[in-house]
Amino acid sequence: MAVKDYIRERFFPHIWCPGCGHGTIMGSMIRAIENLGIKKSDIVVISGIGCSSRICGYLDFHTLHTIHGRALAFATGVKLSRPELTVIVPMGDGDAFAIGGNHLIHSARRNIDVTAIIMNNNIYGMTGGQYSPSTRYGDLATTAPYGNIDQPFDFVKLALGAGASFVARTTTYHATSMIKILEKAITHKGFSVVDVLSQCPTYFGRKNKFASPVDMLKYYKSQTTPIGSEAKEKNPDLIERGIFAQEERPEYCVEYDKIIEKASQRKVTNGKV
Amino acid sequence: MKKDIRFVQGNEAVVEAAMYADLDFFAGYPITPSTEIAELLAYRLPKKGGKFIQMEDELSSMCTIIGASLTGKKVMTATSGPGFSLKQEAIGFAVMTETPCVIVNVQRGGPSTGLPTSGSQGDVMQARWGTHGEHAIIALTASNNQDVFAITVDAFNLSETFRTPVILLLDEVVAHTRERLIMPKPGELNVVKRLRTSVPKGTDYHPYLPREDGRLPMSDFGGVHRYNVTGLAHDMWGFPSNNPKIVYGLMRHLVDKIQGHTKEVTRIKEFFIDDAEYLLISYGSSARTALHVVENRRARGERLGLLELQTLWPFPVDVVQERCASANCVMVVEMNMGQIFYEVKKAVADPQKVFLANQIDGSFITPTDILNILRIIQGKGA
Ligand SMILES: Cc1ncc(C[n+]2csc(CCOP(=O)(O)OP(=O)(O)O)c2C)c(N)n1
Ligand code: SF4
Ligand SMILES: [Mg+2]
Repeated sequence: MAVKDYIRERFFPHIWCPGCGHGTIMGSMIRAIENLGIKKSDIVVISGIGCSSRICGYLDFHTLHTIHGRALAFATGVKLSRPELTVIVPMGDGDAFAIGGNHLIHSARRNIDVTAIIMNNNIYGMTGGQYSPSTRYGDLATTAPYGNIDQPFDFVKLALGAGASFVARTTTYHATSMIKILEKAITHKGFSVVDVLSQCPTYFGRKNKFASPVDMLKYYKSQTTPIGSEAKEKNPDLIERGIFAQEERPEYCVEYDKIIEKASQRKVTNGKV
Repeated sequence: MKKDIRFVQGNEAVVEAAMYADLDFFAGYPITPSTEIAELLAYRLPKKGGKFIQMEDELSSMCTIIGASLTGKKVMTATSGPGFSLKQEAIGFAVMTETPCVIVNVQRGGPSTGLPTSGSQGDVMQARWGTHGEHAIIALTASNNQDVFAITVDAFNLSETFRTPVILLLDEVVAHTRERLIMPKPGELNVVKRLRTSVPKGTDYHPYLPREDGRLPMSDFGGVHRYNVTGLAHDMWGFPSNNPKIVYGLMRHLVDKIQGHTKEVTRIKEFFIDDAEYLLISYGSSARTALHVVENRRARGERLGLLELQTLWPFPVDVVQERCASANCVMVVEMNMGQIFYEVKKAVADPQKVFLANQIDGSFITPTDILNILRIIQGKGA
């Protein structure tokens, strides 16, 4: 199928600014799904609130656009009810790790088979450029006019620590390898977290002296490096990208099937007795 | 068939009734005095292939049941005071997206952590207006386990019929009182099934296009129709819209589908109303004390009556107005500072004849609390 077959044209034009990275992530996500050959009717996309979360409306899947930070909780209800569906949750950095941080770590701990895609622009885009949990020390934001004094989270470390069984990082500059990573994340049986660095030229870029979206992409190119590269040894400040964890661990819905078997003394598959 | 008689807590009656009403999915977070509901359902639900999950907090529990409901399941969550506060944002999402769900709030003393193990009826207005924005809601209550059972089944039925969250506003006293429950037989109480669309696969389905009767048939989310659900104001497709005409239509629909069916949603019980000079109005556990006073005084020939409300929201204005018309004096009995009292005052023709007998210190309202006020009204001094 062509990319446009996955899109609800009725919803366009989209709300994203010219040069915003979020559209690139949507493109890679569609291509990953296309490559995997998953039927549109078997995919549920659930998002919270933010520029990133608007992705829901544009996609021709089952789409649920919820409230800020809680998308994973809604996803838990959908997935546990219908384990046979593929559930993907695109989130903003604030959505995923500030207001929704608790749900993210607990989803990771349960290892429920949901793919969380963090559209990480280091800023609150939708509300106009306030600092987020991934805004770096010293960066400028509308609520950090003198420079940010919060220390940022490393989402990868956080997800690993919380027990996510698939953890990866990529950027909008690396759109092609992003497709491969997303394919693996989606097919992984368990909770997957993919941290995608995504440019917000309108707020993060303008505040932090990036002349254009292209400059931001160049930054992703020059400041990131594959996991374990020689470059990283020489320059520890480089951000690693690639797959950090891909492990088989008991998945929540499968475990719950066992509970049903124990309680009901009946055979269960995919949540159905 | 022999009657199935149990000796249970109010919370157990809720669980039995929820199972009777075909509950499939429960998510919750422990909090006194509602915890027994979660504990019992963790045991009961998987036995029938249903799902139970203990979430990381009450807000996520609320979100989780909404997700499950959209896929076609009958869902419930249960909580108390602080947890009810946490759920509010997601309750609004269920209102806006017209997702059936039942929320049990076993009221305890507040505000804040308040009195975790004491009875209270302080959340009546929170049930009405807890989530932000203009909206309508259904909130039900009951005073004894038999009624708790019936009203819980009703809560599921009304949430399916009107595609709305229904709040089951119990209180600590009812939830923890152990008493007899005669289990209704299968089929004895009506159980409303989800109304599903007849639109076939491959044909456009409009998730938010009401039928002529105002009802909106659902299509199990993740099933044959792909559509969008959003908490933003939306059109019949479920697509965001800020077109004033569409927003107006949506707002009217959300409010009218409930306010416009107040009569259908109203559940009341009447005791000695017809010739009552003094009409007591009460609900939940307070109604037990009120009934005790009424029966006692009747035995002495005094004309007291009781109107017990089981539907608190939408407030049954017409019924209250009509029942109060011939009484000389109306006394609202509740465990708060007048949350229903002011609604009654608004409803009746002569508000100056409405009085309040209440208790707010965490102890259960007693006949003396009511009689003291009655003496003042009767001019017998305090
Ligand atoms: C409970 C709640 N608090 C605050 C907001 C306002 N709000 C909307 S989006 C957002 C942050 C968005 O930032 P992010 O999640 O990083 O997504 P982005 O827009 O950058 O893609 C905030 C604070 C809200 N909608 N709900
Ligand atoms: S504000 Fe930033 S994140 Fe939002 S659409 Fe514009 S560029 Fe993208
Ligand atoms: Mg952001």
